[in-house]
Amino acid sequence: MRELSLNVMDVAQNSVRAEADLVKITVIESDRNDLLSITIEDNGCGMTEEQVAQVIDPFFTTRTTRKVGLGVPLFKMSAEQTGGSFSIDSKVGEGTKTTASYIKSHVDMTPLGDINSTIAILIRCNPDIDFVFVHTTDKGSFTLDTRELREVLGDVSLDTPDVIEWINEYLKEQSQIIYGGADI
Amino acid sequence: MKSLAELQAIRDKAKANINLRKENPNAARVYVGMATCGIAAGARPVLNAFIEEIAKRGLQEDITVTQTGCIGICQYEPVVEVEIPGEEKVTYVKMTPERVARVVNDHLVNRNVVTEFTIGAYT
Repeated sequence: MRELSLNVMDVAQNSVRAEADLVKITVIESDRNDLLSITIEDNGCGMTEEQVAQVIDPFFTTRTTRKVGLGVPLFKMSAEQTGGSFSIDSKVGEGTKTTASYIKSHVDMTPLGDINSTIAILIRCNPDIDFVFVHTTDKGSFTLDTRELREVLGDVSLDTPDVIEWINEYLKEQSQIIYGGADI
Repeated sequence: MKSLAELQAIRDKAKANINLRKENPNAARVYVGMATCGIAAGARPVLNAFIEEIAKRGLQEDITVTQTGCIGICQYEPVVEVEIPGEEKVTYVKMTPERVARVVNDHLVNRNVVTEFTIGAYT
């Protein structure tokens, strides 16, 4: 994957397929601590210990269209190749938490990329699922919680074009603030 | 600054148009393959290009864009399937954002399949 944001989009898909109705994505970037961490947490069906061991294996997949499942292995590799770490905590019936930590300055660090686009697409394509996105840098932090948006919107769907536009603009503005006014 | 008050205005406007927003049974469907293979091959900019092109032409009520999983032809990703009610499903392969405008204009609007982008042209 060219960007970590693409890994996030891919792995978050697993939460959708696990029938989660709440997915929390947390990105913490710190130049001060030379660290980036990504957490994807859901309240989906969860996995047994054995299944957790299997998803790390590229030749395991629950799908039937092909014989390999590279989503989780690629995400794990992206973290470990920077000297970082990767873990999956899961409980059947409760959900799954996937965490990847990176050493930012490592030569093999993949750029985070357009994480806002990932979040906007996830919301747009799964309007019935709630997403909480928290993005933190050394300069600040912001949260997008679709449950709060839903409260205002009532029965107007999150995938209404004007709402998606609002979400895109909100993410852009907030990112500019936590990146220190840089134009992105 | 984007505020929740602004979102409230969006809601009121959307509610006024609620009848227009009713699911259109004759809407064409665009499925973008967004499994690991599709994403790695560049499906996200393709999906975004479809959304933008359709919004630009004001066709949101007539064309729905959704993501789908892997259909097993990973070597041809990004794969996009176009389904128009009453017509055979068309599979476009090795899609790029640049190719999207042609597919929207020729196929979705004018009902002419862009044969050179279909899987048939590659196999």
